[in-house]
Amino acid sequence: MNNALAPANLLAAVESATGAGVANSPWYVWISYLVAAALFVLSLKWLSHPRSARRGVRAGEIGMVVAIVGTLLMYFGVSTTLKYAFIGMALGSLIGAPMAIWMPMTAVPQRTALSHAFGALAAALVGTAHYYDFYGSEKLDHSTMAILAIEVLLGSLTFTGSLVAFSKLQELIPSKIKGLPNQNLINFSLLGSALGCCVWLTVFPTHFFIFPLLIVLALAFGICLVMPIGGADMPTVISLLNSYAGLSASLMGFVLDNFLLIVAGALDGSSGLILSIIMCKAMNRSFTNVLFGRMDASTVASADEVYGGKVKSATAEDVAMLLDGVRRVVIVPGYGMAVAQAQHAVRELSQLLESRGTEVEFAIHPVAGRMPGHMNVLLAEADIPYEKLKEMDAINPTFAQTDVAIVIGANDVVNPLANTDPKSPIAGMPILNVGDARTVVVVKRSLSPGFAGIPNPLFAADNTLMFFEDGKKAMVDLVAAIKEAA
Amino acid sequence: MTDLDAKLFVFLLSTFLGLEVIRRVSPLLHTPLMSLTNAISAIAVVAAIQVTAEGHSTFSTVLGTLAVIAAMTNIVGGFWITDRMLKMFRRGGDRS
Repeated sequence: MNNALAPANLLAAVESATGAGVANSPWYVWISYLVAAALFVLSLKWLSHPRSARRGVRAGEIGMVVAIVGTLLMYFGVSTTLKYAFIGMALGSLIGAPMAIWMPMTAVPQRTALSHAFGALAAALVGTAHYYDFYGSEKLDHSTMAILAIEVLLGSLTFTGSLVAFSKLQELIPSKIKGLPNQNLINFSLLGSALGCCVWLTVFPTHFFIFPLLIVLALAFGICLVMPIGGADMPTVISLLNSYAGLSASLMGFVLDNFLLIVAGALDGSSGLILSIIMCKAMNRSFTNVLFGRMDASTVASADEVYGGKVKSATAEDVAMLLDGVRRVVIVPGYGMAVAQAQHAVRELSQLLESRGTEVEFAIHPVAGRMPGHMNVLLAEADIPYEKLKEMDAINPTFAQTDVAIVIGANDVVNPLANTDPKSPIAGMPILNVGDARTVVVVKRSLSPGFAGIPNPLFAADNTLMFFEDGKKAMVDLVAAIKEAA
Repeated sequence: MTDLDAKLFVFLLSTFLGLEVIRRVSPLLHTPLMSLTNAISAIAVVAAIQVTAEGHSTFSTVLGTLAVIAAMTNIVGGFWITDRMLKMFRRGGDRS
């Protein structure tokens, strides 16, 4: 240990204060952590409803400030390296603030993936620093070493995995990139070797040369795991990475004797777990199927068989006439709406229809978009009141009383094959039953398949009209056509 | 490491508490939920500060500082964008 902590008597004081991490720290640190833990739980509790949600953010912020101030006080005046922590906090704020202020809402999935990468990076770095500070000492006994190894494993794989997810969402890497041949074999070998390193280090904590190997293997596994996954599976992958990042933060708390970290990490981890389960259920797939399965569209009828001569296309004027005097319209948004940045144009259409006495609601499928809740945020951004955004189970029974369902940029989540064809890759996936509406208008640029790569019989149904156009332009044209006809 | 049993206890209870609390969050708010939990778990910054401030070696000070930067980015960015999103969720009657 070098003499980073200056005066000898203070050094001894801090040694006793931090000897077992924060467990033996001054009373005010304990209190600040206790308060922070309580505020974090309240923060999530208040998030349950949009009315109290912003109070939840305040609670989280206060908890964060309390815990950071408590920690800084403990080292203030006794540590000569504390200034680097201040520099780090300033730099982090300088990076974080622009990412929050100028990030367009359509880029929220990318930002979320990036933030999982940062969180996991912090866990991996702290774990690595702790290992090289203390390997061989009594602080790194076998059980601590096991936990530290898993922390670094999870942190590293989540770091690269989230970076790959970010690159795919930002379209730096093509979303539909194919995996390598024997991808699963490679993945399992990498994971197996990394776990082998964890076991090795647990048995021989002083074998410091194994540690870099563990990190490299985990980093490589993260890349290989997420690389072949894309598109509609992104919500599940992001949720799962969220869970891993939380878990690694929690394990860091185990290693550093910091109960606040254990609590906050566990809350984050359980949130990611719940969201992953919801996403998997909404696609009727298992974790293993999302992570290691490959979509196989070969067993499904070809596009020509499904569509041959049965697709009816419509113009903006046709749709405007159709919408004249109807009682109820349901709009079904999908990822295509986000890509076309059409949410504001959709708002204009819905307001115009409402001003003419039509009831308008929105049907939100759990996996519509690229992350959980993606569509809700975009529609809220466009100033659409949240009580009009309906979940799948709430809106499905109402399609039968709906005059027109407008599908914009959604495909697989409205594909009736999920109910009718047990051999299709989306078999059993709960869908929005738009076909029950009297007329369905599908806004889409072409008949190209969605992520599952299968044709959609809905497009050829008797009560379906295809409106071939870019989502945003379609909405603008439609609004103009309705106004003209009036 | 001290008190492995106490830590497992706290971990288990926090996980159950998290599952119960988060199950009640409306699907409407799942995106802000993810960014808020992410910001909260960036409390890892206190561990990063600890590693940096104890400064056992230049190596761990450098890693600690990098970890402080990464965690602080998530704190500032995470809370801020969560609030930005939540501000947009309005009821029809609230429209000005």
